[in-house]
Amino acid sequence: MGRYLLKRLWHTVYVVIGISMISFFFIHLSGDPVMLMLPADASVAQMEQLRQQLGLNDPLPVQYWRFATRAIRGDFGESLYYHIPALRLILERLPASLELAVAAMVVALGISVPIGIISAVRRGSALDMASMFAALFGLSMPHFWLGIMFILLFSVKLGWLPTSGRGSFAQLIMPALALGLSLMAMFARLTRSVMLEVLSLDYVRTARAKGLKERMVIGKHALKNALIPLVTVAGMQFGFLIGGTVIIETVFAWPGAGRLVVQAIFNRDYPLVQACVFILALIFVTINFLVDMLYVYLDPQISYQDEQ
Amino acid sequence: MNGKEAALSPQELLEELTPRLRLFWATVRDVARRRSALLGGVMLLLTILTSFAFPLFYPVDPLAQDLSARFTPPAWEQKGSLAYPLGTDNLGRDVLARILYGSRVSLLVGFSAVLLAEGFGIVLGLLSGFYGGKVDNLIMRVADIFMAYPFMLLTISVIAVLGSSIFNLILVLGISDWTTYARTVRGSVLSIKEKEFVMAARAAGTRNLRIITRHILPNVISPLVVLGTLRVANIIIWESGLSFLGMGVPPPMPTWGRMLAEGRVYITEAWWLVTLPGLAIMLTILSINLLGDGLRDALDPRLRNIPP
Repeated sequence: MGRYLLKRLWHTVYVVIGISMISFFFIHLSGDPVMLMLPADASVAQMEQLRQQLGLNDPLPVQYWRFATRAIRGDFGESLYYHIPALRLILERLPASLELAVAAMVVALGISVPIGIISAVRRGSALDMASMFAALFGLSMPHFWLGIMFILLFSVKLGWLPTSGRGSFAQLIMPALALGLSLMAMFARLTRSVMLEVLSLDYVRTARAKGLKERMVIGKHALKNALIPLVTVAGMQFGFLIGGTVIIETVFAWPGAGRLVVQAIFNRDYPLVQACVFILALIFVTINFLVDMLYVYLDPQISYQDEQ
Repeated sequence: MNGKEAALSPQELLEELTPRLRLFWATVRDVARRRSALLGGVMLLLTILTSFAFPLFYPVDPLAQDLSARFTPPAWEQKGSLAYPLGTDNLGRDVLARILYGSRVSLLVGFSAVLLAEGFGIVLGLLSGFYGGKVDNLIMRVADIFMAYPFMLLTISVIAVLGSSIFNLILVLGISDWTTYARTVRGSVLSIKEKEFVMAARAAGTRNLRIITRHILPNVISPLVVLGTLRVANIIIWESGLSFLGMGVPPPMPTWGRMLAEGRVYITEAWWLVTLPGLAIMLTILSINLLGDGLRDALDPRLRNIPP
């Protein structure tokens, strides 16, 4: 367990170094970052001033070193547009994104897992067919389109829910549902197939043969093992949600970190883009690490296998 | 490759190809026997054919504006007109023509990006699995870093720097997505390279390149067909998302994502502008998912025992 933990930590460290490099270098892809950040009619003097301000005249490795050492201290530079530290801006917006991601995850798991279990237990029933058919549709819909359809139905036609913004529970419903629905479809299919696999195993037959109630067999014996792949996938998807709320935040004018990135791109505020991208990737990596640890806790075989 | 190996007589070529063609045909029949997969395949084929051939039977310019016919609803609505079967947008442009035109962008980007990603993934996965050691270590570490990066953020930020064009979109989506293929190929290579027929080829003094291309590659393709098909669906959703954010193919070329973004402004007066392009995306994705599921059941014997 200890060795596995160390190995995973080392993995996380080099991945973080890697993402810091990508986050640093991507603004150099176009050649001259200053051209990217200033309007087309900027004077040579303005360009030189910005270059000085951002230290872009130094060699790239020196610039990266400065970026990395500052980042470790939590200094991601200043936004060119808002003139306040990038980190502060992101931390202000992050709770909104997290709230949305958590709400979407709760909606998705809360609905899909019971549906998946019932579908597996009543395989071939009308309910199974209907829910798997619905899941296929759910997987095929872009979530931002679903969001727009919700606005059309619940805000424009029925006038039940507010179209955008954040603050009240009513404003959270549509974005969370839209974001959660494709996950719901994925989890329902996964739960069903894992449960089908587990239910055909010998130990479940043993449990049944002992005369245990079906409820116990499914709820306690089968579900516990079926949870392992579900936890992994849900954890990974939660990480994706942090960076994946970008479009839905734009649809619902949700003041989260994803919308901050998009606005920063349109404002040509690249130091802020850089900081956002790095921090969101960092959160993603941290979540993956935590999910891995949870996975080891749920299935001790993993760390043993790895050590052998 | 030396001359002796390259020169195959037609007879030999036929003998070489026959078992593969037979396998291919058996797979096609196996897929076609599943009704949902057949439906998906036919729908996708129709979409592809239509996207090529529509100018023949619907020769309407998707960019032509008719300001006197702004916001004409679809023909079946009371104020609709048969001149505009699916209505017009805020500039009086024909929605059907724009949707048909948009299908080209989505399909082109979807399939090309997947082919590019598969190309990268296959080469790197083969190298990684076949040579092992340092090569494997390096490639897999880079893959880890790519996988740790939230995909949407990576593509958005790189597109923002490089500028949006069809070529850049394909490039960025293709390059960001190679890891899944590389890992799949690597896994297959690891098990195949220990098989007798590879050992035999080695013992006979066959060069590595030939072992890889003739003996290993044909045996790692089938999971990639399934994976690739399902990824096309994802890429099309991402492309429409980028387009929706204003980072897709530049205007005035109509894309499904941009139609949704433009239509969203007029959601209260013209429901069809936000509904129909989304339906087009959904049906395309649905057809790909149906086909992909069928292919997986047909090609992956492990999943055959699990009832659909």
